[in-house]
Amino acid sequence: MTTKAFGARVARVEDERFLRGRGRYLDDLAADALHVALHRSPHAHARITDIDVEAVLDVDGVVAVYTYEDLTGAMADPLPLLIPHPDLTHGRTQYALAKDQVNYVGEAIAMVVAVDRYVAEDAAARIVVSYEFLPPVVGLDAARAADHLVHDDVPGNLAATSTQATGDAMAAISRAPHRLALDLDIERSACTPLEGRGTVAKWDTDNGRLEVWSSTQTSTGVRAAVAAKLGLDLSVVDVITPDVGGGFGVKVVHPWPEEVLVPMAAMALGRPVKFTEDRREHFISAAHERAQQQHVEVGFDDDGRILGLDVEIWHDNGAYIPYGLIVPIITTTQLLGPYKPPVYKATFHSLYTNTVIVTPYRGAGRPQGVYAMERTMDAIAAALGKDRAEVRAANFIQPDEFPYDQGLIFQDGKPLIYDSGDFPQMLDKVKALVGWDEFAAFRDEMRAEGRRVGIGLACYVEGTGVGPYEGGHIQVETTGKVKVSTGLTTQGQGHQTVFAQIVADELGVRFEDVEVVTGDTRRMPYAVGTYASRAAVMSGSAIALTARSVRRKALELAAEALEANVDDLEIRDGVVEVRGAPGAQISLGTLAVLSNPLRYAFDEASKAATQFSVGDPDKVPVPEGTSPGLESRDFYSPPRSTFASGMHAVIVETDPDTAEIRILKYAVVHDCGRLINPMIVEGQIHGGVAQGVGGALYERMVYDEHGQLLNASFMDFLMPYVTEVPETIDVDHLETPSPLNPLGIKGAGEAGVIPSAAVFASAIEDAEGIVITRMPISPSELYDLRRTHAGSDEAAVAAVEGDS
Amino acid sequence: MTTPPQVSAPDALHAVSLIVNGTAYALEIPARRLLSDALRHDLGLTGTHVGCEHGVCGACTILVDGQPMRSCLLLAVSMDGAELTTVEGLTEEGDRLGPVQQAFQDCHGLQCGFCTPGFLTTITAGLRDDPDPTPEAAREMIAGNLCRCTGYQNIVKSVLRAAELQRGGGDA
Repeated sequence: MTTKAFGARVARVEDERFLRGRGRYLDDLAADALHVALHRSPHAHARITDIDVEAVLDVDGVVAVYTYEDLTGAMADPLPLLIPHPDLTHGRTQYALAKDQVNYVGEAIAMVVAVDRYVAEDAAARIVVSYEFLPPVVGLDAARAADHLVHDDVPGNLAATSTQATGDAMAAISRAPHRLALDLDIERSACTPLEGRGTVAKWDTDNGRLEVWSSTQTSTGVRAAVAAKLGLDLSVVDVITPDVGGGFGVKVVHPWPEEVLVPMAAMALGRPVKFTEDRREHFISAAHERAQQQHVEVGFDDDGRILGLDVEIWHDNGAYIPYGLIVPIITTTQLLGPYKPPVYKATFHSLYTNTVIVTPYRGAGRPQGVYAMERTMDAIAAALGKDRAEVRAANFIQPDEFPYDQGLIFQDGKPLIYDSGDFPQMLDKVKALVGWDEFAAFRDEMRAEGRRVGIGLACYVEGTGVGPYEGGHIQVETTGKVKVSTGLTTQGQGHQTVFAQIVADELGVRFEDVEVVTGDTRRMPYAVGTYASRAAVMSGSAIALTARSVRRKALELAAEALEANVDDLEIRDGVVEVRGAPGAQISLGTLAVLSNPLRYAFDEASKAATQFSVGDPDKVPVPEGTSPGLESRDFYSPPRSTFASGMHAVIVETDPDTAEIRILKYAVVHDCGRLINPMIVEGQIHGGVAQGVGGALYERMVYDEHGQLLNASFMDFLMPYVTEVPETIDVDHLETPSPLNPLGIKGAGEAGVIPSAAVFASAIEDAEGIVITRMPISPSELYDLRRTHAGSDEAAVAAVEGDS
Repeated sequence: MTTPPQVSAPDALHAVSLIVNGTAYALEIPARRLLSDALRHDLGLTGTHVGCEHGVCGACTILVDGQPMRSCLLLAVSMDGAELTTVEGLTEEGDRLGPVQQAFQDCHGLQCGFCTPGFLTTITAGLRDDPDPTPEAAREMIAGNLCRCTGYQNIVKSVLRAAELQRGGGDA
């Protein structure tokens, strides 16, 4: 090959269509479809005593209306609990349409199908539902108190209690020379992609097939769910993920009620049907995340080295728990970050509330875990009067200790074993990048001007590239074009570009000749999905292995055609050449022709492959163990996750009067193994940091005591504009290759957002000299904290005990 | 229980003529049809995206007689005779990418692409008014549009790059 694509800042092939307005997002499809509108519960907790749809039928343009009574077979059962776990003793999921009780504002009760969305909404508003009200359980305090229950048959509102331990943590803590206890709190936020959820379905009567398009992070998951719910054979259901306007986790949940209701209606009505979620619906009927209360007990020595760590977490899982315990499992396991407490115990309680369900949001429980751990590190440093970076360094796993077994079971059911990393070097890099050692002088300078600044640091380790597997299919066409498909989906990550980079290098073809398709079950029916920073690791590796298979096939065919030894061949720009024999060459396109013995010639190229012109007359045309076509389908299945890592540092300025918080400097050092495309990785980090700024300083879901979400709009839910994000984000990379996959790569998608709550809490605490225990934090909350703190010399929560 | 709203007879249709990206269209649409819906669903110009339908995210921004406006907050019937430019109309002679589009490609100014059309139209108008913005002015120019993917870093760069391209500094 002439230029190496892997590792280069290759411009994205996706951009062309997006920049011209030619992307095809869900609502751009099926212009002839009927539209649905959902009648959703306005109450957080109530029994349904009657549903009157009579008035709907008077609306011109209404085609159908569905309530629970219209659901049959598996559609009448609750939606699946996707990820069961032995500790999830009280798993509850909702019905596609509420059966006899609603448990959050926004829960779907009825679906209207009409000629357009306007008419569908008119009609849905005319449905009259009678309720018997139940007391709503809102927030973790109410859930823990359990004076009222979300589900009658779930005592204590407890979906699960789960503990993992590497020993007797409390005993180790009690023996330690120093001890601390912290109570921490983190609030709800949400993914809020710019495009909401959406599904289109068409029943193809002529072919007896169901075609579904969904704005999802898992085509194959939706396919299996739709087939199971509608009683169809998997083989007659196709699910295609079009361009997706952002996911960040929420679109991995499946099936959403609408994802099975829309295909059901399309089959029943024999017409294409479309659901396009609006913004308010996304706030009240998709998913949220983050809310936890945490209690940390830690024992440590004079150097700040942790001797025992015990953590108890109360996790708000919302009204139902379709995605299982993934989020709190990740919190309690990834909490450990780059550190190695000799004894660790973590218990979480997953609790129901009458609010929107909680499922993974970029970071998926890690931001909370990192918050707990890093708040603890800062508290230890404060207690000992030590430098915060030094205390962290004293607890690092060292580079020669990999693979490092944390002794826990990770979210994928596999041991939590870190594969590689270099935390001391990373710390040096981030300190240099942010100016850690020069900060004291800078602070003095600012103080002299009457300004108040603080610096924060937070470290994390992120399990990425979780299994079970992904696949790749590559076919070289007779034109020499290389068609690649993988089953997982894309929501803006640039998979078409990075996977083409991999294929270009592995196969020896021009980048421009590679075309990648993702998330189409017709092209690749075996796949899992895009979540957990797994796409590059999983599909990237699968595609690399597939490209190597195709390369082997091509070389074997070429060796025969050129009468050369395979070892003497190389492929450059799609042409196989014999090394040292100029002119002895054959293109991959021609090899594709030769690979498929023909009876009929369709064009000049195919004449070369007909039975009178190709092959040894003494051999069968397709020998045993081979197959026609220059193509392959291969899979990658890792032994366990690969662990990326990073450290963020931020300098903030807090206004002495208004308590406004301004970001002066933001530094990121990031290690995701070998970089396929640094431009794309940096873009992912930028986006994650911005989302983290939102989560730390602005975004929260404000529920009132009745379970009404008060800020269910972009007017009131404060997503950062450009004015809220740092003017620059300084990024430095470290590349410690993963030994677990053929490319040495680790995931990068979620990294940017993981340490945000922790790093801002650290910096604001440093600026203010007030212990920060609740995030996010607004200027008015900081202002209140100042007033509470004034007159009290004690830190709010972290009380040092047992100093000898 | 609330009383269901009264439903009037099917919406009366109104004749509206729009000039979109230089092409004249005659539409018969109900009075309540949003301009964003008319563009997307009546004219099939799906490049204009709808992110919030309450005027905050800016994804649906188009140019109305040259001014950036949120098409989700406008009724199509109120646009009779207006000249509209959508993302589909930002390309140049020979279907080449316009300078703002090209700058976004050069600077990796987009990821999922959903908010992008609103940024492209907003910046097109912004650079007409301020062809040589400072970095601060570039940030101000895009301060009314939401992006959830990029963290805005490369969008600011794209604004500056687009200005450079418009001035003829193509190969920088």
